[in-house]
Amino acid sequence: MKITFAEGLARAIHESLAADSRVMMIGSGIMGLNPAAQKAMEPVLNDFAERISVAPISELGLAGAATGAAIGGLRPLVDLSTGSFIFQAFAQVVNEAANIHYMSGGQTSVPVTFYSLAGMRGGGAAQHSHRAQAMLGQVPGLQILAPGGAEDAYRLMKWALQESANPTVYISHGMLFGESADIDPGAPMLPVGRARVCREGADLTIVASSITVPRALAAAAALDKEHGVSAEVVDLRSIAPLDRQTVLRSVAKTGRALIADECHRSFGVAAEVAASLAEEGLSSLKAPVCRVAVPDVPIPYSAPLEAELTVSAERILAGALRVLGR
Amino acid sequence: MPSLTPAERIASMLRIRRFEEQCITLSSHKRFPGHYHVYIGQEATAVAACAPLLAGDVIYTTWRNHGHLLARGADPGRMMAEILGRAHGYCGGRSGTLHLSVAALGIPATSALVGGNLPLAVGTALACKRRGSGMVVNFCGDAALEEGAAYEAMSLASLWQVPVLFLCENNSIPPELRKRGQFTSSTLPAKRLADVPGSLCIPTETADGADAGALGECLSRLAAEVRGGSGPRFVEVRCTRWPGSFPLWPELPCGPWQLDWAFEAKPGREDLAAWNEQSDPLSLYVRGCVAAGTLERGALQAIDARVREEMERAVQFALASPFPDASEAYGPVFAQAGQAR
Ligand SMILES: Cc1ncc(C[n+]2csc(CCOP(=O)(O)OP(=O)(O)O)c2C)c(N)n1
Ligand SMILES: [Mg+2]
Repeated sequence: MKITFAEGLARAIHESLAADSRVMMIGSGIMGLNPAAQKAMEPVLNDFAERISVAPISELGLAGAATGAAIGGLRPLVDLSTGSFIFQAFAQVVNEAANIHYMSGGQTSVPVTFYSLAGMRGGGAAQHSHRAQAMLGQVPGLQILAPGGAEDAYRLMKWALQESANPTVYISHGMLFGESADIDPGAPMLPVGRARVCREGADLTIVASSITVPRALAAAAALDKEHGVSAEVVDLRSIAPLDRQTVLRSVAKTGRALIADECHRSFGVAAEVAASLAEEGLSSLKAPVCRVAVPDVPIPYSAPLEAELTVSAERILAGALRVLGR
Repeated sequence: MPSLTPAERIASMLRIRRFEEQCITLSSHKRFPGHYHVYIGQEATAVAACAPLLAGDVIYTTWRNHGHLLARGADPGRMMAEILGRAHGYCGGRSGTLHLSVAALGIPATSALVGGNLPLAVGTALACKRRGSGMVVNFCGDAALEEGAAYEAMSLASLWQVPVLFLCENNSIPPELRKRGQFTSSTLPAKRLADVPGSLCIPTETADGADAGALGECLSRLAAEVRGGSGPRFVEVRCTRWPGSFPLWPELPCGPWQLDWAFEAKPGREDLAAWNEQSDPLSLYVRGCVAAGTLERGALQAIDARVREEMERAVQFALASPFPDASEAYGPVFAQAGQAR
């Protein structure tokens, strides 16, 4: 069955609402301003209207109410809309939801899913382009899912809504909505917390997540075709838990690592992966690790300025050649 | 206090309308990326709010800022260049439509976060109070009151008695027209938006956004009260959304506004014709001035010709401006020592 990222998301939500009466939604603008992607949500809106609470522009309240609803026995999916708006909700996501299980000595659990349509999307400028997964990665108690393709868009959302026992931030990305994959819905899911080797290779490992996954795959294809380089691509799938073992195993094989990450360079997801390689994988490395991440500046509006900061397939490819000493 | 003649008020409103029409045309030709919001139908508010302001006063606006900037005296060419992401834009292409600002005109920073600007406005008003001069007008939409930040800010303003006018432009879509995918707003359960600041002991008013003359009087009076040191004020200006901004991307349903629509002619689409008749501050004010004998149609045609030409020049200026060099992306992240005022 071939589905797009947007269809996978919508399908997972629909199936979860159908499967478990505790699942409910607060807000439903999951697809942002993308009309084609919005179409995929129509079955959810038509079949489950009474399970969707109206959401005013109150991110802090919505996130906290969703957390409270989870405490009360529901399994809410709360739409926090554009990724940057999770900052309005931070106090409830970071300092309430994430702490509750631990603070209560394990008495109370919070199976809530915060949906965040993150990322540099073209013209979003400084206040509508954030990717908060690295900041959120500093918060023990939060699970952070960052699907990079249609299959994980579907499976990870389904897992969050139906199986997870903990607060989860689902990092979606508007530039991924059209990505498609062939999936077998009956096949078992690669467990959450395991990275996926989505292309095997021998010369270099490219670690990616979210939007950098298709770009890393494009770079790997170009490396093969134009430079005779065999690149392995590892899709992290989740930022927390982070699957360091799969990365280390891949780098033990290839001896070289590049991390492609749409977070800012300093203290980003790439920084964490690089630190793990330095601590546990140094003996495998034949060359210094390379981070291809967003420079430490706010995101500008103008197209050529935004392009300058974007983690594109071309920049990943150029970084790979540097790691290979070419 | 500076007050506007009818001809000046019309010219100011018309400049905003013609600017926004150019924006819509440029967007339909894919000359700039991203979402944007136009001010058509709310022109009377910006013009009335900015008329009583003096040098040194500050305004905070939102994503729907074009009208506010023009009314405060911003150059349409540099604004349009910014909207197109060009080097000669006010922010060098970094802001685009969302964060347009002109510090020299008292528009220091523009937040595109719902409710984001109210706390900033209160703090700047605190600075005005300490300095002993100046006041702040904070423009927000009706959805701002759904955000906790707005409530906290109004509470502080009342507690500190600072000179800020909270101007809430309620352009809320009637519920029956609230379709999926459109921005919802005014989901506030309060019956009157003003009940919220009212409960915090801020004096409030409600004004008709389609009555440019009355709005001029109302907002000048409120500005004088705020400037006079009697603490914050809140005004809800009620506007009816222009049909061209119902779609996700604004469009000109019957082409640019025509002077004749203020008189015998009607736009050829029913919803626009009804809006023009009942809710358009520009058509209604123009019609009123001619009926009262204050202005003649010939004079209005001359104003319109001048404004059209100005906005065409603005577009040409913007299109002729180059894109910024990619290296511009890297700064300015931090101010230099000594740069902060
Ligand atoms: C904190 C935050 N949440 C959501 C949004 C997305 N958003 C942009 S405009 C808008 C509607 C705002 O409505 P209103 O305040 O009435 O202003 P209007 O656009 O009608 O002038 C929304 C929800 C945002 N910009 N900021
Ligand atoms: Mg509104």
